[in-house]
Amino acid sequence: MTSNPFEFRKVIDPKAMRRIILQQSKRANVGHIGSCLCVVEILSALYSFALEGSGPDDPQRDRFVLSKGHAGLALYAALALRGWLSEYHLETFCGTDTCLGVHPDVAIPGVDFTTGSLGQGICVAVGSALGARLQGSKRRVFCLLSDAECNEGSVWEAAMLAAQHRLSNLHVIVDFNGQQALNLTRDVLDQSNLAERWRAFGWRSSEVDGHSVADLAEALRIDDGLRPNVTVARTIFGKGVSYMEQGIPVTQHHLPVQPINWHYLPMSEDEYRRAIDDLEYGR
Amino acid sequence: MRKAFVATLCELAATDDRIMLLTGDLGFMALEPFRERFPNRFLNVGAAEQNMIGVATGLAEAGFLPYAYSIATFASLRPFEFIRNGPVLHRLPVRIVGMGMGFEYGHSGHTHYALEDVAALRTLPGLTIVVPADSGQTKTSIRVTHDLPGPVYYSLGKDDQIVVPGLNGQFELGRVCVAREGRHLAFVTVGSVAQEVLAAAAKLAQAGIEAAVIVVANFHPDPEDHLASILSSFDEAITVEAQTPSGGLGAFVATVVATRGLRCRLRIIGVGTAPDGTSGSQIDRWRKYGLDRESLVATVVGESKLVAEAGRL
Repeated sequence: MTSNPFEFRKVIDPKAMRRIILQQSKRANVGHIGSCLCVVEILSALYSFALEGSGPDDPQRDRFVLSKGHAGLALYAALALRGWLSEYHLETFCGTDTCLGVHPDVAIPGVDFTTGSLGQGICVAVGSALGARLQGSKRRVFCLLSDAECNEGSVWEAAMLAAQHRLSNLHVIVDFNGQQALNLTRDVLDQSNLAERWRAFGWRSSEVDGHSVADLAEALRIDDGLRPNVTVARTIFGKGVSYMEQGIPVTQHHLPVQPINWHYLPMSEDEYRRAIDDLEYGR
Repeated sequence: MRKAFVATLCELAATDDRIMLLTGDLGFMALEPFRERFPNRFLNVGAAEQNMIGVATGLAEAGFLPYAYSIATFASLRPFEFIRNGPVLHRLPVRIVGMGMGFEYGHSGHTHYALEDVAALRTLPGLTIVVPADSGQTKTSIRVTHDLPGPVYYSLGKDDQIVVPGLNGQFELGRVCVAREGRHLAFVTVGSVAQEVLAAAAKLAQAGIEAAVIVVANFHPDPEDHLASILSSFDEAITVEAQTPSGGLGAFVATVVATRGLRCRLRIIGVGTAPDGTSGSQIDRWRKYGLDRESLVATVVGESKLVAEAGRL
């Protein structure tokens, strides 16, 4: 371990990831853009610093489960920038007879598990972490959940088993964007004390700025040998595109202003130009 | 079948250290031999069947051969989507063991009856399904399927005493077992209710009706060719299952008969009505749904064509 997580590796550039997300979702004319944009720094931290292994075929590589599979495009962007997914494959996103659908499939190089149905990935991650420990392997398992995904009862089944067996080689990151498919999370099933809930289940839990790669990278290093870890990453839905962050449906005037618009909507030409402008010349 | 399963698993685990046994907090006075012999490879995940299948998926990806055990309905229907998106979608060698076929949990009531596990899981072509009829067939089938690269579901019975005459532990993937030869009609059955079918066939023989008994013990690969070749020499076939025929054995045989253009007339006996709030012992339930030996004899005798052909009743 080194005190400076940036010492050895090149950081996967969040801006480059966002560019891929915008380009590909525009080309394919699909949504889930807000969900992808808000996990960019989390995936950058994972693929720049946390995940060890010589490549996607290395059996001793650390495993990653994108339990919130609807951010598949963000994962493809990270894999492409890590060099595990070719530009050619990236261009097949949402194409014909492609493995690169909205939700990731294990057939894609670098994708460890197929996901898309919420509450399942973490169960698989627990099995993966347990398997590593039984084999005496030092490999670790990382799993990214959404906060809304914590509505699923199976998440807590998995949480209990991981704590019971002290799977400290398991690290869950919760994308705490406060948004779910129809409403704000606090208006559906309030989880404002999410970190506390995980602690009550026996996990080591911390909260970080979900848009700070450095803070995330630091948090992901933790393995106290005693407890599974959860990092609640506070994120902004649609991060990096101002009108998405504000929930403004620029060209769909019949819709109210609400962040959830960008869970569903694809971008118009005008919206795409504005998003790219924001990314390249904005903050 | 339960003791046969655990004993066979212990034998396999002695030489295959990939094998793990997971349970959803069930298996009292059944799983202990494995737990005592392989404590590090036994895991009670708690009453959490969805997580059990997910954990088994993660373990299988890591190179283990996990057997996930619970009562059949809890092992199959509760985590159905986890089975679909886990071992089936990832083509991983997870073994799911459902205990208590058909009405075996008699007085426990409808929540414990395994009436749909086989039918529901038959919708997943990537999943091999094994339904032994007795302990001998359980032992063989566990061994034959142990090393398959993909996932397997076992629908097993609790009863360790049943011996279905004529089976002699036969089991072959993609083939049926002919437990009794006959020329007037063919029974096609699955699971431990086969014992009733064999008993009915013996009674019918006394009356001059020679009924063959064909036992189907696996799907995916379906024993379609083998069954079709046998049924092609019959004019009458009757399927018997202590399950829903919708998607189950009845549907399977009907598909074979129709798609192969077989001439035999098919009668389907199974559990085809909605729950009515009643429960009872297994034999009581078999009688209620016409699956016991006496009902089966009466069914056959009621078939006028057969009666005329046999000329005896």
